[in-house]
Amino acid sequence: MTERYPTTVAAASAALAAGELSSAELTEAYLSRIEAVEPTVRAFLTITAERALERARRADATRRADSSPLHGVPLAIKDVICTNGVPTTCGSAILEGFVPPYDATVVERLEAAGAVSLGKLNCDEFAMGSSTETSAYHITRNPWDPERVPGGSSGGSAAVVAAGMAPASLGTDTGGSIRQPAALCGVSGLKPTYGRVSRYGLVAFGSSLDQIGPFAWTAADLALILGVIAGHDPRDGTSAPIPVPDYRAALTGEIRGLRVGVPREYFVEGMEPGVEAATREAIAALKDLGADVVEVSLPHTKYALPTYYIIAPAEASANLARYDGVRYGPREPGETMWDEIELTRGRRFGAEVRRRIMLGTYALSAGYYDAYYKRAQQVRTLIKRDFEEAFAQVDVLATPTSPTVAFKIGQKLDDPLAMYLTDVCTLPINLAGMPSLVVPCGFSEGLPVGLQLIGRPFAEETLLRTGDAYQRATDWHTRRPAL
Amino acid sequence: MAEYIATIGLEIHAHIKTASKMFDGCAAAYAGAEPNTFVSVVSLGLPGSLPVVNQRAVELAARSGLALNCTVNERSVFSRKSYPYPDLPKGYQISQYDEPLCSDGWVEIRTAAGEVRRIGIERLHIEEDTGRLVHAADDSSLIDYNRSGVPLMEIVSRPDLRTPEEARLYFEKIRQLLVWIDVNSGNLEDGALRCDANVSVRPAGQERYGAKVEVKNINSFRFVERAVAYEIQRQIRVLDGGGVVEQETRGWDELRGETVGQRTKEFAHDYRYFPEPDIPPLVLSAAWIAERRAELPELPDARRARFEAVYGLSAQDADLLTSERPIADYYEAAVAAAQAVGGSAKDVANWVLNEGFRLLKERGESAAQLAERMPPAHVATLIELVARGSINRGVARQLFEESFNSGAEPGRLVAERGLTQISDSDALVAVAREVIAANPKVVAEYRGGKVTAIQFLVGQMMRATRGQANPQVARALLEAELGSL
Repeated sequence: MTERYPTTVAAASAALAAGELSSAELTEAYLSRIEAVEPTVRAFLTITAERALERARRADATRRADSSPLHGVPLAIKDVICTNGVPTTCGSAILEGFVPPYDATVVERLEAAGAVSLGKLNCDEFAMGSSTETSAYHITRNPWDPERVPGGSSGGSAAVVAAGMAPASLGTDTGGSIRQPAALCGVSGLKPTYGRVSRYGLVAFGSSLDQIGPFAWTAADLALILGVIAGHDPRDGTSAPIPVPDYRAALTGEIRGLRVGVPREYFVEGMEPGVEAATREAIAALKDLGADVVEVSLPHTKYALPTYYIIAPAEASANLARYDGVRYGPREPGETMWDEIELTRGRRFGAEVRRRIMLGTYALSAGYYDAYYKRAQQVRTLIKRDFEEAFAQVDVLATPTSPTVAFKIGQKLDDPLAMYLTDVCTLPINLAGMPSLVVPCGFSEGLPVGLQLIGRPFAEETLLRTGDAYQRATDWHTRRPAL
Repeated sequence: MAEYIATIGLEIHAHIKTASKMFDGCAAAYAGAEPNTFVSVVSLGLPGSLPVVNQRAVELAARSGLALNCTVNERSVFSRKSYPYPDLPKGYQISQYDEPLCSDGWVEIRTAAGEVRRIGIERLHIEEDTGRLVHAADDSSLIDYNRSGVPLMEIVSRPDLRTPEEARLYFEKIRQLLVWIDVNSGNLEDGALRCDANVSVRPAGQERYGAKVEVKNINSFRFVERAVAYEIQRQIRVLDGGGVVEQETRGWDELRGETVGQRTKEFAHDYRYFPEPDIPPLVLSAAWIAERRAELPELPDARRARFEAVYGLSAQDADLLTSERPIADYYEAAVAAAQAVGGSAKDVANWVLNEGFRLLKERGESAAQLAERMPPAHVATLIELVARGSINRGVARQLFEESFNSGAEPGRLVAERGLTQISDSDALVAVAREVIAANPKVVAEYRGGKVTAIQFLVGQMMRATRGQANPQVARALLEAELGSL
């Protein structure tokens, strides 16, 4: 596709700063693009066109020489992130019509930087899923092939960028929900270190795993956004009181001497050959750029999936206990208060959410806690230790992101285990709390493949520098779907 | 009938006196406010909200633990306690479970029979209060979330209590301490302090404890004694009747004066505790804990012992004067003032306990108001005036009351009203003669050998001088006059 407006944050930012176009014009351009392709892609749950234009005009009026690089730049936000006055449904019927009375910290920070939100993006219900098919509202289609899923749970966030409806977006990642859809939609996505970005205002799924992060075409764009949203937040007790570096300054293009580890356990059985080939080729490209590539082992990787599927549902079972129709959201009528609560939860949570609530409730029950939840936490420690030991030898780990490219809509929806397996390469990173970047690294059968880079805690600079260096040497991030 | 031993443990819930709620900056002083006006994103548990620990609440809870002779743990963990109820907006309560803030403490209580008993405290942990369900007349329920998220401590005793009296004394002791260290208002009426009692009964000689019954909803000292007494008798009746006491939760019905079954074991909640992922473990340094210890005031038991040793007070007087910290502070301020003018600590104790307490009680005022009503310096002045012989005790008592009521300085009252004691024989001899002349019958009795009759005549002299006559001088004058007649 040929655009008459900038498609990356950096290009938009430069054009705005140079006065080549106004934020209002840019926002209009994106709203036109949304009008053209959204009926096919359906990335949004709410489009806030008027609000966006109003903010864009305000951004134009308040532009200064030292304005943030996001000043006047349109983007869109996953619907699990609270937006004051704008519906936030988490893709669930149980929050239909819920309008938060407050902004998440990341939204506050984006608005303070002058960014312009275009609306709220579709996702799997409460971020539980890997295809965006569990949304109670509609499915989102992969811009590269509308018969296929965009991945999930942040499918809307990946698709909106891939379809050119926004230069960037925010998603969330609990077990791969930024990285897997980024890979499947051929865009870049970053899951920051747990604690790097405030979770205040992010509707919780797995509280010890959830992290908000950006989507964009390039690692350089991700650096711009991370610089705005990262940092300590006194309203989130798990946010780290660690200063935010200048991520742009880290993008030197230079990775000579970088030690890159390739964990053998991540090239799993059943991985599509095209995915493995593209991944290995990308690793070879890093070597060509001067990185030292070594094979490493993360021996507890195979336990990550069962561990994750105890801890995440356990936390979710408590996090989702508040949705009872009593205080907000729709309420199903019933004979008694308890009937109403049961009917509301029974009818308005989707099947996958109910499944995880049951899994988690079981894992925490008296008599089972030690065998499941406690054991899972012990294994989690071992998985984390694997990473710590690997990072004693290497600076970055490079792996596939998803064993497959985007799959057909409906293909895995009735097979939860097959769906869960799509996150096998991404879950361990959340359990360990490490940062992780996905960049497009090629195609398999005409569909995008993403390279996953994993770093030490709070070493987002290293990841972004590596991703940026790779993108300076390759052009996968410039490929656009023929939508 | 077999003999039975009762085993009682109390779980006391106490609000922690902080300006804001446990997990955010929402104001906590909701008492008397319109429903749902002291709420916030966090205290309503709205989607996306996150808890952040109120550091002041931790300080005050640690102070409480230290006052209860507990160990303050350098590491403690918040946990989620899940149970569904609409007054609990998140569907779980943030509490502490297997790693509480404080553990292993004790307090001492003294029974009416004079026995001192040390009652173990298993733990003290921090949690958040719930909202309140208000049942309306039309059978619907309304929820008020003003109380939701208010900082709360739960203090769990060991099962060391044996009688209803001990249960009450222990509850009173905990209240005294928490109010003393300024962590809790001590108001049972508004729910700032409440307790549940675990009661079991077993035949004498049996090692194993009987089934534990939890009695909830106790909100007064009188009720804890009555509820525990009722529950012990109820269980004994069951056992004597050959029945089995069921492990269950019962509620205290204050109108009927009995406990009523609420929930049996089969329907007990599985709280599914797990560590709260939104709050990292609470880690306190030894230095931080030492600071909290240094902030602790002298506690009532130590102060009582000191009052006995240093001021020579009886155990009973020392006990009364240390019942509340403002009283003890007041007493010591008055002692210092009185001693500076030659008065004694015992004199001060008498004034405070007799006049001060009487007047407070008559006016239904709290101990904290004593210092305002009757500044310690005024007590010292009265003692000084009596010691100097300027006024007698009767006048001093009147002045205490007047001073208490009006705030007037006693010395000024004496000067203004000419109340100075008359010890001058020349001034009083005429009065003595008038009294003798006016009471021939009593004089005759005295002369007839009823020596005590002179008291009446002294009284008449006091009356004639509006209480100003020095009673010793008056008596001597009367004796002299009667002898010389």
